[in-house]
Amino acid sequence: MISLAGRDILHAWGKFVFTGVGLGLLIGVTLVMAGVYRGMVDDGKALLDNSGADLWVVQKDTLGPYAEPSSLNDDVYRTLLALPGVAQAANVTYLTMQVRKGDKDVRTMVVGIAPGELGRTPGWPPYLVDGRQITRSHYEAVVDVATGFKLGDELVIRRNPYTVVGLTRRMVSSSGDPMVFIPLKDAQEAQFLKDSDAIWQSRRRTQANPAFNRPGAPDLLDAMLAAQSTNTFVNAVLVTIKPGHVADDVAESIRRWKRLTVYTRAEMEDILVGKLIATSAKQIAMFLVILALVSAAIVAFIIYSLTMDKIREIAVLKLIGTRNRTIAAMIMQQALALGVIGFVVGKITATFSAPLFPKYVLLTPMDSVTGFFSVLMICVLASLVAIRMALKVDPAEAIG
Amino acid sequence: MKRLPLQKRVVTLLLVIVPLLALFLYVGLRSGPLAPIAVTLTTVESRTVTPALFGIGTVEARYTYKIGPTFVGRIKDVHVQVGEQVKAGQLLGEMDPIDLNERVRSQESLLKRTQANLREAQARQDYAKTQLHRYEKLLLANSTSEENVTTKQQELKIAEAALAAAKEDTVRASSDRAALIKQQDNLRLIAPADGVVARRNADPGTTIVAGQAVLEVIDPKSLWVNVRFDQASAAGLAGELPAHIVLRSRADETLTGRVLRVEPVADVITEETLAKVIFSAILQPLPPLGELAEVTVSLPDLAAAPTIPNAAVQRHGNTVGVWQIVNGDLQFSPIKLGVFNLDGYVQVREGLAVGDQIVVYSEKALTTRSRIDVVERLPSAPQ
Repeated sequence: MISLAGRDILHAWGKFVFTGVGLGLLIGVTLVMAGVYRGMVDDGKALLDNSGADLWVVQKDTLGPYAEPSSLNDDVYRTLLALPGVAQAANVTYLTMQVRKGDKDVRTMVVGIAPGELGRTPGWPPYLVDGRQITRSHYEAVVDVATGFKLGDELVIRRNPYTVVGLTRRMVSSSGDPMVFIPLKDAQEAQFLKDSDAIWQSRRRTQANPAFNRPGAPDLLDAMLAAQSTNTFVNAVLVTIKPGHVADDVAESIRRWKRLTVYTRAEMEDILVGKLIATSAKQIAMFLVILALVSAAIVAFIIYSLTMDKIREIAVLKLIGTRNRTIAAMIMQQALALGVIGFVVGKITATFSAPLFPKYVLLTPMDSVTGFFSVLMICVLASLVAIRMALKVDPAEAIG
Repeated sequence: MKRLPLQKRVVTLLLVIVPLLALFLYVGLRSGPLAPIAVTLTTVESRTVTPALFGIGTVEARYTYKIGPTFVGRIKDVHVQVGEQVKAGQLLGEMDPIDLNERVRSQESLLKRTQANLREAQARQDYAKTQLHRYEKLLLANSTSEENVTTKQQELKIAEAALAAAKEDTVRASSDRAALIKQQDNLRLIAPADGVVARRNADPGTTIVAGQAVLEVIDPKSLWVNVRFDQASAAGLAGELPAHIVLRSRADETLTGRVLRVEPVADVITEETLAKVIFSAILQPLPPLGELAEVTVSLPDLAAAPTIPNAAVQRHGNTVGVWQIVNGDLQFSPIKLGVFNLDGYVQVREGLAVGDQIVVYSEKALTTRSRIDVVERLPSAPQ
């Protein structure tokens, strides 16, 4: 038995393939949009994964350190280390800022990582793609490749130059800004350090205040100025838990005895995905739904118009006594073939275009599978309308 | 347009469809979560590691002489400016004596008066002694009463006491005068040692309190760097170790020095160990005090041991280790780390042997189920 659909496709294969490719580009855009949504959520999760923490200890009653500002004294970690169940506790600071390199600047999240045992201290970049981890306690940086920096580059944060010694990837903030890891003490300074003008002005203000600049106590002014330029705060303490302890129990004991706010991994994920990126994720999701509906409508229209193009041929088929089933099968097979070509082209374009996007686009296999079956379903539904039209056609049209 | 024959059309269609499907299969298997993770490998090597410590500090002077008056007063004159070389004993400035000269003059008068008083007391005592002598002779001749002699004895004792008091008064007045003259000397601000004037805190006419420094003189030979090392990476820091110093203003120049001493008291707040590093040679020109300096202290070489790049060290659960290739399979091997150097190499004390293959760089975090694709250089790492 010859395949009617196959013969028909071969009859006008160029048109068929090009229609499929066009459809594919549309499906590709839809897949990319789904990838953008997944990428946003994944950015949030990557932030949590990369910190390597089981618990986040933050300022009391804040949603810090990612969703809200939080500041803790930098010696809090010592008291946390003494609690049962705590394996490691490390200070960390996060600051989103422009990092300068030459005359351009890049928006990044600067992470201050605490010095400590290699590999065990949470907060450090868990894997590198080039270079090495930080070994000096000052003026070295490990950066995400998305920043565009290369090994040996010098970047400027506030007034200090840092040398890039290592590269990593997929280390991003919840808003997708690539991370720059620098030693904690430098990061504390970067958060606090004002420009030199501001420091001079602040000194002059203090000097002008008679309470701090008394003739009888010449040392008081120096002491005041020194006190103004210290920063012993960090944004959060990352805590890892000893095996055999439950995160919730350790969190509860920190909440109870240290009166600090603590988030477990699940709670942090809820804050990031559920609160921080909720509206922008919904926005993308809404757009995805609309795009999917539009794609479905266009697919239906293409199949319908393809069928209508050969209405005369169908009439001839009916005239020579072809069964309705054969005609219906031909249209449906063509629709499905078009869908498959479209999906294949779509998947390929989505995969190759995803790395070109400035933010992360995550194409999950499950999304592809869902997409594939949705495309087939849409094709089947669209072909039903076309089949109905084809079957209603009068054989007389073939000769009329 | 002439249509292609059917066979040719099938071939052409296949020419389009087959590469498309091949590309699709490639895309499905080589990208996304199913794709193998590109990794680079290295072999554990035995090498000596020269550990080094890195710290930052500020240039300070070991000897800072703060020169100022010992009492409240007004500055009359300051002879030197910041940056001038001074010699030990050189007069640097003077304080305004105000009423000090007059007070010395008054003390001199007082001294003369007490000396006059002393002479008067001496005369009285001489007279009382003569009188007593005379009355004692009269008593022997029974020409006077015993009572008169006793009175004369008492008068002599009173005169002697008055003489002693007058003597002490003279000593007091003389000491007071000497004290004021010493203070007069103190009005002169004298350099206690050779050095360079680092600060001139007040100008003539300024009133300053006792102990406040008018001038600060530093000894340029005694410049050192007060370096702070993070306690977590200060193991092995000791005196006499060689050091390399890079000043912020001379970033291209590496100066040599050595650790003079490690401070016995660390900084509790910043969790840093403090050390003093001195320069091998006197710097010309002198770096400004307070300038930031980066100091690298080299520790003695360690014996050769299995060594890996620190980028290979990963955490898996609560264990620190490396991803090792064993019989072509990925396996996480827990390791114990030893010392590391600043170039990113770390010695392994336990868990790896020389010749083992380990993963250094990976495009994402590895798990035991990860498929890997060994490459020479990761595609995502820029050249």
